[in-house]
Amino acid sequence: MTANTEKGKVAAPEMHGTNRSGVDIPISVPAYAVDPKNIGEPGEYPFTRGIFPNGYRGRLWTIRQYSGFGTAEESNERYKFLLEKGQTGLSVALDLPTQVGLDPTHPMAKPEIGKVGVSLSNLSEAEILFDGIDLSKISTSFTINGSAAIIYAMYLAVADKQGVPREKLTGTIQNDILKEYVARGTWIFPVRPSMRLIADSILYSNATTPRFNPISIAGAHMRDAGSTAAEEMGYTLANGLAYVDELQRRGGNIEKFAKRLSFFFYVHMDLFEEVSKFRAGRRIWAKKMKERYGVMDPKAQHFRFGVVCGGSSLIAPQPYNNIARVTIETMAAVMGGAQSIFTCAFDEAFQIPTETSAELALRTQQIIAFESGIGASVDPLGGSYFVEEQTDRMEEEILKVMEEIDEYGGVEKAIEEGWIQQRLAERGLERKVNTDSGYNVVVGQNHFAKQDEEIKVGEVFSLDPTVAARALEKFEKLKDRRNQAEVDTSLARLSKAAASDSENVMPYLVDCCHAYATVGEMVACLKNEWGEFREPVNL
Amino acid sequence: MNMNTSENVLKGTRILVGKPGLDGHDIGAKIIALALRNAGAEVIYTGLRRSPEQIARVAVDEGVNAIGLSILSGSHKELVPDVMERLRAAGLGGVAVFVGGTIPLEDQPYLKEVGVTDIFTADMPLADVVSSIARTLA
Repeated sequence: MTANTEKGKVAAPEMHGTNRSGVDIPISVPAYAVDPKNIGEPGEYPFTRGIFPNGYRGRLWTIRQYSGFGTAEESNERYKFLLEKGQTGLSVALDLPTQVGLDPTHPMAKPEIGKVGVSLSNLSEAEILFDGIDLSKISTSFTINGSAAIIYAMYLAVADKQGVPREKLTGTIQNDILKEYVARGTWIFPVRPSMRLIADSILYSNATTPRFNPISIAGAHMRDAGSTAAEEMGYTLANGLAYVDELQRRGGNIEKFAKRLSFFFYVHMDLFEEVSKFRAGRRIWAKKMKERYGVMDPKAQHFRFGVVCGGSSLIAPQPYNNIARVTIETMAAVMGGAQSIFTCAFDEAFQIPTETSAELALRTQQIIAFESGIGASVDPLGGSYFVEEQTDRMEEEILKVMEEIDEYGGVEKAIEEGWIQQRLAERGLERKVNTDSGYNVVVGQNHFAKQDEEIKVGEVFSLDPTVAARALEKFEKLKDRRNQAEVDTSLARLSKAAASDSENVMPYLVDCCHAYATVGEMVACLKNEWGEFREPVNL
Repeated sequence: MNMNTSENVLKGTRILVGKPGLDGHDIGAKIIALALRNAGAEVIYTGLRRSPEQIARVAVDEGVNAIGLSILSGSHKELVPDVMERLRAAGLGGVAVFVGGTIPLEDQPYLKEVGVTDIFTADMPLADVVSSIARTLA
């Protein structure tokens, strides 16, 4: 099949029998191929049909939109706007210097201040970010990984300042370093000490903020980079098991910590593949928890997950088509049983969403939640011959991916040697070639492209060019007014804790935050003890 | 499936694919690196978080014919001119520089003004990327 890229040509592409992951799809699945006994019931082990017996009747998924840019003041304003519009949770995007642990004054940091999220270099910025927002009433999700433990410590420090008891805090830090090495790139320390830092933060969170999700094990970024749906789930579950092993090594009780593990995925356009992916993932995780670790408490067997609808499935040409894409993806997430959903704005493929496009993305979820009725019955696709057959097939494929990693020598080795990264790059090339050729149809791009379309929309959000200067100015002032002796003492104690494998570094990080030590200072201190990750650059 | 988008049109060339700045999204850079290699080029990939200075130094050390910079964090208006300046200072003012990533249309004239030969976005077919580079190096 050839691409229909010639502008103005609108011939319909062929309907071919494979899905986006290259898997053959049966024309119809015969009834005898599905054994109803294996399907199970919602809320019952192995939870293929969902972790709750009453699905969304008991509680709707969390509607969570990702936002944050520029300085803390501007983000604070946007958060208040979104909360007013009926959003039930905040999601904080952080700029790259904060994510990789560099202060705004670092030469590599300057061009990136406030670009992909808010600059949160120290506690005084977090105080501004959450000004007038009651942290006991809202849940906050931070997309942060390499420096996640530090940002979590800072959140605790802000709550302390607001007088909010820590046990009331709800929210999530992504805190998933393994996929950073593979696809997102905000690693800081080598794999081993990073695993320890994550285990420290999870165990500390279990004890002090029991309603907080201290990790969100993510497949999303690997999927967006090119992996198939089965690989996305397989890599993610393998990473999840690696964290479980490390948490046990650090003395954690699996019946307790497993209840606070959560997952995070992309939803792409193939509706039934996505639903099958989530159903299979839920089943595999429950089985691993029970069969491999002997976990008995059903809540500790639950596979809870949030999703992003959009990502690389959204394109710049004919941008309003993205609204239709996000709608289909959101339906897949709901029928797959997601606990929280983020819908991308239609213009996200080429700009920071405007208030109008961000509101439209939020309304899309509200229409699906309150008008469509698809969430009224649990697992409405359960028992469909096709969906059950696809779920079984997906389970087999995911397990195969996990076995391949085991055979290589485990996740940590595979990442340190760049094996998973290499596989992912090859998959990325494959997906790109299939899109270029038009085999994977993308309406408005490789088929049904408009003649002479100017790929642009009228409304453009522009980032205030003074953001970097203001962030630097505030940073210098902070350094002048804080108590330097307190900073030095708290950093020295952090170093000592980091050097000892029997200490948990979290309380020391919270102390550093209270002393207004900066993210860059805390990271430098830990780098000094633990070193830095050396990226394998093999293609 | 034919992965060799334009077989051997880049044979004999050396191309540096660089990730300047803190952006960690490397799949685009890696896909381009693989496509250029499949088209016959010898490809040097820098890995993540390179400073403009480091990129210019690698370009000198490796004696490359062209440089591709991948930036998705929105910092292209700061990073690209910085790289260009350092290349000129290192005597590589004549080496063709290509930029890929999340580059809004309105920023493209500026990048061309500072000396960028061509700008590639994610939806552009690989064959077009390869042929643009091949035409420039011919």
